[in-house]
Amino acid sequence: MQTLYDKLWQSHVVHEESDKPDGMALLYIDRHLVHEVTSPQAFEGLRLAGRKPWRLDSILAVADHNVPTTERSHGISDPISRLQVETLDQNCADLGITEFKMNDLRQGIVHVIGPEQGATLPGMTVVCGDSHTSTHGAFACLAFGIGTSEVEHALATQCLLLKKAKAMQVLVEGQLGHGVTAKDIALAVIGKIGTAGGTGYAIEFAGSAIRALSMEARMTLCNMAIEAGARAGMIAVDDITIDYIKGRPFAPKGELWEKAVAYWRTLKSDEGATFEQVVRLDAAQVKPQVTWGTSPEMVTTVDGRVPDPSQIDDVVKRHDMERALKYMGLTPNMPISKIRLDKIFIGSCTNSRIEDLRAAAEVVKGRHIAANIKLAMVVPGSGLVKHQAEQEGLDKIFRDAGFEWREPGCSMCLAMNDDRLAPGERCASTSNRNFEGRQGPGGRTHLVSPVMAAAAAVAGHFVDVREIY
Amino acid sequence: MEKFHSCKGLVAPLDRANIDTDAIIPKQFLKSIKRSGFGQNLFDEWRYLDHGEPGMDVTQRRLNPDFILNQLRYRGAQILLARANFGCGSSREHAPWALQDYGFRVIIAPSFADIFFSNCFKIGLLPIVLDTSIVDRIFHEVSSTEGYCLTVNLEEQTVTTPSGEICTFDVDPFRKHCLLNGLDEIGLTLQDADKIKVFEEKRRTEQPWLFA
Repeated sequence: MQTLYDKLWQSHVVHEESDKPDGMALLYIDRHLVHEVTSPQAFEGLRLAGRKPWRLDSILAVADHNVPTTERSHGISDPISRLQVETLDQNCADLGITEFKMNDLRQGIVHVIGPEQGATLPGMTVVCGDSHTSTHGAFACLAFGIGTSEVEHALATQCLLLKKAKAMQVLVEGQLGHGVTAKDIALAVIGKIGTAGGTGYAIEFAGSAIRALSMEARMTLCNMAIEAGARAGMIAVDDITIDYIKGRPFAPKGELWEKAVAYWRTLKSDEGATFEQVVRLDAAQVKPQVTWGTSPEMVTTVDGRVPDPSQIDDVVKRHDMERALKYMGLTPNMPISKIRLDKIFIGSCTNSRIEDLRAAAEVVKGRHIAANIKLAMVVPGSGLVKHQAEQEGLDKIFRDAGFEWREPGCSMCLAMNDDRLAPGERCASTSNRNFEGRQGPGGRTHLVSPVMAAAAAVAGHFVDVREIY
Repeated sequence: MEKFHSCKGLVAPLDRANIDTDAIIPKQFLKSIKRSGFGQNLFDEWRYLDHGEPGMDVTQRRLNPDFILNQLRYRGAQILLARANFGCGSSREHAPWALQDYGFRVIIAPSFADIFFSNCFKIGLLPIVLDTSIVDRIFHEVSSTEGYCLTVNLEEQTVTTPSGEICTFDVDPFRKHCLLNGLDEIGLTLQDADKIKVFEEKRRTEQPWLFA
């Protein structure tokens, strides 16, 4: 009786460092995604040691963190960002690594383009020097973020030395309500178990509510596994998975396709497999979520209120809460719906895929952003997502509503490019982290789903999307 | 990687849970293509009163006198004491690089985020998990005793307080071995190159679509 995680782990073990079950093992890596921020020192390390990448066809590179989301024909104006992107270009050219360059239609956020290209396939180990690599687990992959030393290690050896995690099952049964999304499930889970709740675990999301999700929604959910502390999140293969992959550029074709599908269908936890921990959630009870603090676990429902630290007994927790409220400029007990916003960001590896944009467009269609919104922007996850959205006329809907329609990249999720909040500015963001300064020094981030961000843009403050559409 | 055997060092207390990697080293400094020089921007937004950007001369910047690491008594600290879930957030190894470059050799906390924890071992920075109650006590002792030092011995897996109290900690035997000897993990793995090749060939036969 094996869990999906057991199967993925076991099928990649090259060698075990000790006989003990909790020892380190050498794990084979099938797919290595590379971006400009965490790779230069790894390539430099290889060069200094006179080493070469072990398997070039396992690597796919793209620049996403530093790229401008405005007009790109003149390149990147910030010289330091430009050097980082040029360094990636140079490293890929020198070594013969496949790279989607900044002006390639296929360029985009690394966690959007992997699945979009079919470069992420079930049963793979997928690594990238980025914590949101957990996204790819939606395809029943063992996918996780790594540091730069591990990037270098994976490049040089096609393997990583790892310790097996424990298995957690997050079981979500029932039907999600109208206007409630995978993002809300993710935030509700994090609210329940905390940002360290998944530390030391690989999370498998299961249950009827998960099976009903599209691949894009599943990616949103697995993307946020890391915000619950779990390095990897994953979901079993089903027809939805297989239908999504079929025909994508890197996906197998013909006879190989049939063979692959037969194997992929085994990628699920066996009936009766045991998990070290099971967390249950009733999908019908999940409401639209809004974070109020500086950690994703500081979250409540849109009809809720900002919590009151004086009600908290734990001293460390109380101080953290007081500090968060001070940073966020919020007062205890104020209704979430009274929080007024300055900026709206729809994008990031969490929520920038076509379904996210369609859902948000549906909410803003025929409406306009409120007068107090200084900037509302949509940053598609990839050039192909952007193109698709334009084919469907979504860009026009957003523009007519007062949104800016940008070029693809990580953008204001982490504000490494010019897209950022000014100190004190408050943003409804579809991204994944509300840490202090994440979207710009002194910036205040509230994490929400795309439809909730769209509704907030129109209202100028948080509003229950279920009431307006 | 730097060898780590033992460390007797001044302890700096950072009394806050869930310290994330964005706080440890803000994103604007990740634009560097180098591995060194991040120490001056460690905890940048807490440490300085003005906003920092890469290339700024930090000696010209205004220090935040309230930030713990700016207090004279903690200058030269080699051991950072923190609360639960230290290092949560992104996978940026720039966070352990910045801590190490600043001068820290050991981080003690009740728990760490997984990727951060693993990244530390890769560069010879030792993360130690101690019970919340012990960490609580050390926080108390540090704040009431100027010049408070701890002795960390990796071989023995012990942390010794000034009063002679010994706390033991767990560490994976393989990681310990690598740290004690300053081993290059890549070199070590490449000793298994034949095993990797055999595994890879088997995989290529069984799942050829992965090698297209």
